[in-house]
Amino acid sequence: MDTMTITLLTENVDTSVAAQVSGEDLWLAADELTHATGWKLTPDGFCQASLCIPIPPGREAEFTRADGSINLVAFAHLRGQALVHDDEATVWALDASTAARSATRTSLEAPDFTLPDLSGRLHSLHDHRGKKVLLASWASW
Amino acid sequence: MDLPVWQALYTELAPRNFTVITVAMDAGGAADAAQWIEAATPAHPSLIDVQHRVAELYDWVNVPSIAWIDEAGRIVRPNDPGFAGDYFRGMMEPDFDFQAMMAEQQRQQARYLAAVRDWVERGPACPYALSPEQVRERLAGPNPDHARAAAYFRLGTYLQHHGRSEAAQAAFAQAKALRPESWNYKRQAWHCEEVGKSGGPEFWAEVKALDDRPYYPRSEL
Repeated sequence: MDTMTITLLTENVDTSVAAQVSGEDLWLAADELTHATGWKLTPDGFCQASLCIPIPPGREAEFTRADGSINLVAFAHLRGQALVHDDEATVWALDASTAARSATRTSLEAPDFTLPDLSGRLHSLHDHRGKKVLLASWASW
Repeated sequence: MDLPVWQALYTELAPRNFTVITVAMDAGGAADAAQWIEAATPAHPSLIDVQHRVAELYDWVNVPSIAWIDEAGRIVRPNDPGFAGDYFRGMMEPDFDFQAMMAEQQRQQARYLAAVRDWVERGPACPYALSPEQVRERLAGPNPDHARAAAYFRLGTYLQHHGRSEAAQAAFAQAKALRPESWNYKRQAWHCEEVGKSGGPEFWAEVKALDDRPYYPRSEL
C-alpha cells in the first residue's frame, strides 16, 4: 500500500498529511493525527487534554496497526464526527460542528469564531465580551 | 443588501455598549463580497466567511440569519431572519406590486430595529430577549445528516478554491441532498457554478416549489 499525501480539512485548518487509503479506511501516522486534530493515542484510548475516549475492547484492529498508524475513519466514527472525501480520496473533511452545537445547546454560550475583514485583519467574537452583539449573516449571491 | 442598515444601527447604538458584527457567507471571499462592503463603509466588524463557518456553528440555513448575544457572551436570540420576509416571493408574477413590497419591507425593518433598540435599552427585560429555555427550544440538537452535509460543504468550498469546480459541485450536491432546507448550500453552489444562477430560474422554481411552506422562518417579534 502506497503512502500518499492527502489534505485533511479540520475545524479551522487545512493540513497536508501522509496517509494510506485502504478501501474505506484512512491510515495516518500517530503524530499526524495529533498534528491535524489535537487528539493523541495513549494506553487510555484517544485523549485530548483531560478527556479520553477508550477504544472498544476487542476492536483494536479497526483503530491501530502494528506500525503505530491510526485509522481516521474509525476514530471519526467513534467520536460521532462526519468524515467525507472527494472522488479521488485526496481531500478529506472532518466536521466539528456537531460537538460545537451540542456544547452550545447546553451552555447557551455563543460559539466563538475568528474571521478576517476586507483588509485581512482578524476579528473574534470574544473581543466583544462585555457588549451586546447583533451577529448578522448576509451574502453577495 | 442589509449592510447599510446594520451600519446605521451600529452608529446609533455603539455608544450604548453595543456592536454589530456582519459576516458574509461567501465562498468567493473578498472578490465577491468587497463591492458591497466598500459601498457600506462599515465602522463595525464586517467579516468574510469563505467556509460559512458561522452558519455551521449557529445552525443557520439562509441569509440573513441573526443572533443576539448578551454582555456575558450568551445567546438570547439564536436565529431569526430580521426584517427579511416572504413578501418577495411573488416578485416574478406579472401583476406583482413592488410598491406594496417596499412598504412592507420598510414596516418590518422599523419593527425589527425597534426591537433591537428595546433590547439594548432594557436587556433581559426586553420581551424579545428569550429565556434560556426558549433559546434551547430554538436550537436544534445534533443531527448526523447535518454533520455530513457540513463536512461535504467544507470539502466543496476547498475544492472550489483550488480550481476543482466539478469536484466542488459534486461535494455541494451531497451537502444539498443531506440538508435540502439549506438555501445557503443551494445558492452558494449555484453561484460557484455560474454567477447569477443563485437568483435565476432554478432559484425561483425552488421557491415556487415551497408552496405554502416558508422561505424565511418567522421572526416572531
